[in-house]
Amino acid sequence: MAVIAGVATSDYPHHPELTELGVHAIAADRALADAGISWAEVDGVASAGFFPMHTVQLSEYFGLTPTYLDETNTGGSSFEVLVEHAAHAIDRGHAEVVLVSYGSVQLSQMGRRLGTGGSGPPPVGPAAADAVWGNTLVGNYALAAARHMHEYGTTPEQLAEIAVTMRDHASVNPLAQFRDPITVDDVVSSRLVADPLHVLDCCVISDGGAACVVTSNERARDLRKAPAHILGAAHALTHHLNVSQMPDINLTAAAQSGPLALTRAGVSLADVDVLQVYDSFTITVLLTLEDLGFCAKGEGGAFVEGGRLRWDGPLPTNTDGGGLSSCHPGMRGMFLIVEAVRQLRGEGTARQVDSAEVALVHGTGGMLSTGATLVLGSHAP
Amino acid sequence: MTAVNAAPDLPEGAKPRPAPIPDAESEPFWSGTLDGKLLVQECSMCGQRQLYGRSLCTNCHSAALNWVETSGKGTIYSRTIIRQNPSRSFKHMIPFVVALIDLDDGPRLMSNVIGTLAEEVQIGDRVRVTFEKVSDAAALPLFELDR
Repeated sequence: MAVIAGVATSDYPHHPELTELGVHAIAADRALADAGISWAEVDGVASAGFFPMHTVQLSEYFGLTPTYLDETNTGGSSFEVLVEHAAHAIDRGHAEVVLVSYGSVQLSQMGRRLGTGGSGPPPVGPAAADAVWGNTLVGNYALAAARHMHEYGTTPEQLAEIAVTMRDHASVNPLAQFRDPITVDDVVSSRLVADPLHVLDCCVISDGGAACVVTSNERARDLRKAPAHILGAAHALTHHLNVSQMPDINLTAAAQSGPLALTRAGVSLADVDVLQVYDSFTITVLLTLEDLGFCAKGEGGAFVEGGRLRWDGPLPTNTDGGGLSSCHPGMRGMFLIVEAVRQLRGEGTARQVDSAEVALVHGTGGMLSTGATLVLGSHAP
Repeated sequence: MTAVNAAPDLPEGAKPRPAPIPDAESEPFWSGTLDGKLLVQECSMCGQRQLYGRSLCTNCHSAALNWVETSGKGTIYSRTIIRQNPSRSFKHMIPFVVALIDLDDGPRLMSNVIGTLAEEVQIGDRVRVTFEKVSDAAALPLFELDR
């Protein structure tokens, strides 16, 4: 049974002095140090980046010649998938120490190409279907939010609750990009970017990276720190980048990957002590909560009211401040895993959840396109 | 068949809208737009109608597909108002509506709803197609409220 033996982030959120690969180097070195495993032991490298052969380049840069490589790219959920694959490789004995690494200089050097930036894909082939209407990345998620409000009566104030909670968590994270507390009123009176999403419904754009070390339970036994056990994992998709191809814009891949991962883990939702979900936008969190099954479809708005997602509430979520307030360099999935492992180890500092033994991590990638779920535990199954 | 309009005059500094680049699978669709027709692919095995153009049916995976004309009428499934888009092709249009439209006789597609104040366009509104020529190879199927 594979485990996560070490986790780390690079410094974030703004580091113009670093290159993308330099961010990787910091995060990877810290994750290995956290595990107490040397670079020499790494025989697997996994990562996802914007360009093909990324993991080959990364290995060359690291000075490694691994015999296990993975660069499966499902967007922001990639790192949950890479950990799932690494666990399979380790369980089969095809790798012993897999370094899963993420790095980005989105804020300093990529020029804010996410969100409303960038000119989108060239309008050829399937991409032409959605690429010629002036829609933005935010706009895709706004289409989901608008439909959710229409169908279920969800309110902007309910979505805002999510942003307010994430900001509260970020307020005690010394690295977080935004730490000043905000109110529901601040969110709903902030500038609309793509109706009904306001600027405070959107994640930040950052530099930064994170890494984890996946190895066998056996190898982890004599390490300095307790590992997080990978209890279950699964991924799914609904479509690629054209949201017009999504069968139901309010039903994400989490509805498939969540139950699959929980079944494989032998864990029920009631066992989940801490939740880390991709929060590209407030609506992403709402849909993910519903699709994972924490509440019924359409009830997400009422569910998030009353501080339910706060670190000291019934379902502590994104305890580092999430992408909405802490850090979002483009594909944030690796940060979710880092924070989950820290919580399971009791390293959650001022936002440590009481007796966190089971963590659920869910990454979302593309335009609500892909979902990948990991169930992690502080104890072996 | 609907009239195909010329693209409107652009304000200074603005660029034309990006024009789709037809390929072997999408050429019939874009060719249809130049004739004021909104075409969709229909599977002659299972009857499914689909967009974008493909070499197989996404339902039964048959390759027996034909392009058929639709009424160009539909209902808004969802819509957003774009208030931030730094592209010189779109900045001057802000605020504008991007919508997902369920065709009466075809699949869902993305487009813009034009000809009215953005704030007036609501989910559930009826819309009909209108065409705006953007290149020698394509006109964009845009939509207006059908009142």
